[in-house]
Amino acid sequence: MNEERKGLKEKITNSDIWRSIFRHGYENTGRRYTLQVLQNVWLHLHPPRVSRHALNFRFTWCMGGITFLMFLVTAVTGVLLMFYYRPTAEYAFSDVQYLEFDIPFGMLLRNMHRWAAHGMVISVMLHMFRVFLTGSYKKPREFNWGVGVILLLVTFFLSFTGYLLPWDQLAFWAVTVGTNMARATPVLGHEGPFAPEPITQANDVRFALLAGTIVGPSTLLRFYILHCVAVPLLASVLMALHFWRVRKDGGISGPL
Amino acid sequence: MEHFIALVTKPDNVPIVAILFLIPYFLWLSYRQARQTDLAGVPSDAALNDKVYVWPYLCRNEFICAIIVMLVLGIWSITIDAPLEEPSDPTKTPNPSKAPWYFLALQEMLVYFDPWVAGVVLPGLIIAGLIAIPYVDINPKGKGYYTIKERPFALAVFCFGFIILWIVLMVVGTFLRGPGWNFFAPWQKWDPHLVVPLTNVNLSYLFGIRDEPTANFFGFVVVAGYYALGPIFYVWKQKSSRFLQELGLVRYILVSFLFLTMLALPIKMVLRLGLNIKYVWVSPWFNI
Repeated sequence: MNEERKGLKEKITNSDIWRSIFRHGYENTGRRYTLQVLQNVWLHLHPPRVSRHALNFRFTWCMGGITFLMFLVTAVTGVLLMFYYRPTAEYAFSDVQYLEFDIPFGMLLRNMHRWAAHGMVISVMLHMFRVFLTGSYKKPREFNWGVGVILLLVTFFLSFTGYLLPWDQLAFWAVTVGTNMARATPVLGHEGPFAPEPITQANDVRFALLAGTIVGPSTLLRFYILHCVAVPLLASVLMALHFWRVRKDGGISGPL
Repeated sequence: MEHFIALVTKPDNVPIVAILFLIPYFLWLSYRQARQTDLAGVPSDAALNDKVYVWPYLCRNEFICAIIVMLVLGIWSITIDAPLEEPSDPTKTPNPSKAPWYFLALQEMLVYFDPWVAGVVLPGLIIAGLIAIPYVDINPKGKGYYTIKERPFALAVFCFGFIILWIVLMVVGTFLRGPGWNFFAPWQKWDPHLVVPLTNVNLSYLFGIRDEPTANFFGFVVVAGYYALGPIFYVWKQKSSRFLQELGLVRYILVSFLFLTMLALPIKMVLRLGLNIKYVWVSPWFNI
């Protein structure tokens, strides 16, 4: 029986059709495993081999990878959402309503985008917690910890700029409350301590963020561009640096 | 109570409920491994040089993990709809108005400090402090494994900051703050007309100081004295403590400043909630 199956397998893999699709066989050798990683554009950020404890869920919690996965989900669903959304005060809210009620799977698309964004905030905080608990920020990974802190802020800012886009009461007032504190920036905010004479509410740091003295149509456009273009680009660059440094600093941390 | 249940089950509050389970779970998971290391010793070199191929072993793990996470996210997205309230209206302010949930620890700090401290200076110092951690923590032990014995101070400070001052304040801000940002227990109904007597006084008033310049000077002395605790401790212990000598003065000043600033928040909370203190230092330019 076993012999028979083996013969059939060889017959198929030796056939002209099979050989035209798969150029060579898949050997179970270390060389093959190494090439599989090195020659693949998606996998080549990985080293060919890692220490065994890097596979251990109890050690890594998988949180860094989950954060990246959540970023990818928000990127894909975000691009799809952009087809149906216009960032103007006239259309924004009704576009979201249209998406929810008339677009096939529109509600699911929006749900996935929002919950993946929330998931990313949770996983990035837990990732930082794990990295601290295992002392993984210590030499030679000091700089990469700093990059990670900036990425944490970028994640918060990505989520915060996206919060405004549905243009409903929840969005409007959450962003109003969240940006109100910028008034009180020392020196640069018009209600902050030591604000010099020329600083008013029409030219302080909050005005730069909102493009107005209150949250308005120009804020919506500004947050839209930050959310869809500027901050994702920044996040991508920093993530590339972060992953690169994980590799260059000796891979995932472990006792030496 | 019904209204509290409605609040907890609000779609946008799902992440906070999840955090309430995730943080204790991961704390327990890391504690177990730390205890194991502390009892049995750090894993030996031999165990570490045990390497495995990324393909297929790590890639398989990543793939399984991604599938499980996508499954959870899929079920979450099918069963719970993202909230959409009525169209935005600048003339209709909801009470309470809350920032997104991950900023609610900062909004909660506004109860105890003025906006320029709670909203700008403290967040700035949190970021600066986090980035500074690897450069001021000179303890070479506890790198790449869970342990408590080898770095108790670092762990205590970080866990206090992350769990108490960030996560707990976030949960309080979301679930226990109602109209007027007043505190409501889960069984209390949110009453927008609740009258809260404003009986807070400044610290100088408590000490019988009534005129402004003296109060200003008094506040300055208290705050400066508080931050002077760091250098005083250094001068007192520097001779006998090898740790302080290795740390050096510059790193010590940075650590003590950040540490005292972090502790200022719970201290101010105790002063406000226990003694009705509004400000510690009232000056013509700013209040702390």
